[in-house]
Amino acid sequence: MTRVTAPHAAFALALLGLSTVPLWVGNSYYIDVASQILLFAVFALALNVLAGYGGLVSLGHAGLFAVSGYTAGLMLQAGFGHAAAIAGAVLATLLTSAVFAVLALRSTGIGFLMITLALGQILWGIAYRWADLTNGDNGVSISTRPAPFGLSLSGAPSFYYATVVVFLTALVAMAAFERSPFGASLRGTRDQARRMTALGYNVWLIRFLAFLFSGFWCSVAGLLYLYNKQFISPQVSALQASAEVLLMVISGGTATLLGPIAGAAIVVIMKYVVSAYVVRWNLVLGVIFVAIISFMPEGLVPGSVRIWGFARRRWLARRPARKPAAGAPP
Amino acid sequence: MALWLTLAVNSIALGGLLFLLSAGFSLIFGLMRIPNLMHGSFFMLGAYFGVTLLWQGVNFWAAALISAAAMAVIGGLIERFLLRRLAGEQLPQVLLTLGFALIIGDISLMLWTGDPWQPATPAHLQGAVQVAGLFFPVYRLVIVMVAVVIAAALWLMVDWTRLGAMIRAGVDDPAIARVVGIKVSQLFTLIFALGAGLAAFGGVIGSPVLSVYPGLDAEMLPLALIVVILGGTGSLLGTLVGSFLIGFLYNFGQARFPDLAYVILFLPMLLVLVLRPQGLFGKGGS
Repeated sequence: MTRVTAPHAAFALALLGLSTVPLWVGNSYYIDVASQILLFAVFALALNVLAGYGGLVSLGHAGLFAVSGYTAGLMLQAGFGHAAAIAGAVLATLLTSAVFAVLALRSTGIGFLMITLALGQILWGIAYRWADLTNGDNGVSISTRPAPFGLSLSGAPSFYYATVVVFLTALVAMAAFERSPFGASLRGTRDQARRMTALGYNVWLIRFLAFLFSGFWCSVAGLLYLYNKQFISPQVSALQASAEVLLMVISGGTATLLGPIAGAAIVVIMKYVVSAYVVRWNLVLGVIFVAIISFMPEGLVPGSVRIWGFARRRWLARRPARKPAAGAPP
Repeated sequence: MALWLTLAVNSIALGGLLFLLSAGFSLIFGLMRIPNLMHGSFFMLGAYFGVTLLWQGVNFWAAALISAAAMAVIGGLIERFLLRRLAGEQLPQVLLTLGFALIIGDISLMLWTGDPWQPATPAHLQGAVQVAGLFFPVYRLVIVMVAVVIAAALWLMVDWTRLGAMIRAGVDDPAIARVVGIKVSQLFTLIFALGAGLAAFGGVIGSPVLSVYPGLDAEMLPLALIVVILGGTGSLLGTLVGSFLIGFLYNFGQARFPDLAYVILFLPMLLVLVLRPQGLFGKGGS
């Protein structure tokens, strides 16, 4: 017997809201922002596999994202069809992820982070400097979006629906991964690597496969990005981009299913809102980083709840004489 | 032939600058285990300070020293009041320093605009010396000399003084060092300030060659990373060798394969990671 609980209802409501965004948001600009939130949520979920469940914090994931977008973009420019470009992009990203994994998994913790950072910078260097291949700073633009099953995705609402479908697929895959024995063993390698080895698990292989899984969803997010903007430039592979997606993961709360999604929404919305008023997005990003680390290391959402509760208790404690009446606001 | 020699001199000069940048990074990482992602920002901000002072008519070497001192104070404050609270938590440390790197980068862009600043080479160091029929730019030779002198001074300090012995003890085993009465936390602040100051000094004396521009920080940080991965953390000799190696690779790569210069730079790092993960001069383990 299954009961309808609050989380179930909330989930159904969220799903309903998600799938009707274009109906109550008329402006195609905002529909586009919604598409971007979802595609960055897929990216953040991908990084969360490693940074959250695996305890392997990567600062080179923007490189993987860019490999996917660039491969598809360049293949389309060279005259390949969408199916070939998408397959090529996924394949190229998986290969790059495998190389990343082999090199970076020689160490964990800070060593892992520094190696992924350096590898990410190589990819940035290729995107930025190897102008013959990647068109350098001018980036790569494509003229068309794919039309799966004959459905055109050229409008903002239709592209949004396609993004929702991909996003939900990613979410289901992540939920399945989280519950699977594979997900459990990855968490095991994060918490007790030595015991996992003693129990006969191949810790390296588990991490390697997790890296590939993460790389696959990076490539999906990269493809969504390319098709959304119909343009890609070296900026997406820069260290700032890696920092941004990491901020999405930690601000929402690592190793949770919904945290990275909330984080992606927070960061993307903030980026759009902030850049409407000031040009100093990087400054704001840095300040948020420092503030989160200093005041709410558990993430923005749980941290805000904690600080709010703390402030409320202090406020109530300061006025002990008057008992809160039954109907008084808390 | 002459081209190659010029390239070689430029490479050695870049190596010297890289040493000034990476020595502090290596010590900070070796002693405190802090992956300081704002080290490139120290270099750039120091260079901007120096350029501004030069603009005001301050003597070149005085500008370099003042900028280094200012950066040392800033670095010391950041360590003492922010990083200290995160002792032993590497991920938050990384994120905090990354956050500061973004802040410093953006504030620099705001204050010094997007245009590159390239101060003139100090008047008494302009021109070239002629050796065996070949011309060498004096200023680049001076950079090398300064780097070598500082390397020697650091080596003397680390290997021959009481302070150096305390630092080495802290690198090898911070817990035991504390037990025998070494104030490791004071050493931390000192090393962090020293590293920040050295980076800033390198930034100023490098500015006539490299110029200062937005993005210099993000360009220097990976170089420091590679140097330290190559040389092994906490090893001054490793840092010196790594710096010159990268200096050569960067300049020769730039000359021969300009498109792939950045990739070539990372190849030795990958080789070292695969064959000798602790770095060329690092001690075993990781």
